[in-house]
Amino acid sequence: MNELAKALAGRYGAGAWHDQRRDLSSVVVDASKIRDALRWLRDEAGYRHLSFATAVDNIERNAFTLTYALRNHETSHALIVHCDVDRENPAVDSIHRLWGQAWTYQREMKEWFGIDFPGSPRVDEEFVLEGWEGPPMMRRDFNARAYSDETYAERPGRATKDPATHMKERLYPEAAE
Amino acid sequence: MFVKKLKPAPLANEGLRPEERELFCDAAPTSYKGATKIVEDFYNWARAQSLWILGFGTGCGAIELRPLMTSRFDMYRYGIQARPTPRQSSVFVIGGYASVKTLKRIVRSYEQMMGPKFVVALGSCTINGGMYWDSYNTIKRIDQYIPVDVYIAGCMPRPEALLAGFQELKRIIRAGGAEGQNEYAINFDWYKANQKKVIKNWDMPDYSW
Repeated sequence: MNELAKALAGRYGAGAWHDQRRDLSSVVVDASKIRDALRWLRDEAGYRHLSFATAVDNIERNAFTLTYALRNHETSHALIVHCDVDRENPAVDSIHRLWGQAWTYQREMKEWFGIDFPGSPRVDEEFVLEGWEGPPMMRRDFNARAYSDETYAERPGRATKDPATHMKERLYPEAAE
Repeated sequence: MFVKKLKPAPLANEGLRPEERELFCDAAPTSYKGATKIVEDFYNWARAQSLWILGFGTGCGAIELRPLMTSRFDMYRYGIQARPTPRQSSVFVIGGYASVKTLKRIVRSYEQMMGPKFVVALGSCTINGGMYWDSYNTIKRIDQYIPVDVYIAGCMPRPEALLAGFQELKRIIRAGGAEGQNEYAINFDWYKANQKKVIKNWDMPDYSW
């Protein structure tokens, strides 16, 4: 697989090659070259199968990390391609021409993270939510609990116990003293 | 004391497009006035003997209805059976958590059910949110949106608990206490305001009938 790492580094400036397992590796590509890199991987390197595409909110470094999981069925090797996009203005090239199913993932990412994929079919339509008016809910700065508290009525009297101390008191009352 | 009966104002149906509004009912539900006590008692006895469940699994708790149907627990021996449409059913089993998207269908199905109708809420999610207490898209208590007759606690409740819940519902019906439908009609504005507070894209009639 080192040849592939070298080829990707030479062609698309890919770096941070990491072998997670014998059949699973990951690599980081710049967001501006992600579509070209994926096209090359699909057409030339044999990674013809897009298993899934998703995004991770790396709020610490102000980036969404897009994750494309590819698989080469000849060598039974899976390659995960990451790319970072700016969190303030997230827009990435759409890959729905490379893999027909990709527009579903892109629509999902648009709704959940607010990452735009210009030209992707139906990318602005709602996907799993209906009539959602809040911010994209999978962003880590979205406070789901505060939103839930102010939107949905609560039944009073709900109590929470710390499982460790609670079970200690129940099972070993002499130790909890 | 003579109370003048006022005809309630027609519903606005603002969620519908103007050309669609004439196609739907614009009357709010009215409460059901029972017959004399002895007749109503007979009706209630009969109602309790044949509970027809709406076959709409609204959450993961609906999985508990399958063992209930089959031979081990066999709900048919209690006169309980599932129907495929709200028009034919009298019991709505809310199967656990209800997301806002599902709540929209729950409200619509509930309103389409013929009276007398009863609601059994199953699982801790319907009571206080359960494990979805801090979710952005799951309501925390169902009784803000539709009236509930019986709660069955648990996550998940076993089929035995469901059978006990149905027996309790029967007891309530026979005692004439299952007044959910009337509650809904009397507090219609309150229920509707709660529903519209969480269902942001209200594109259906205000009362689906």
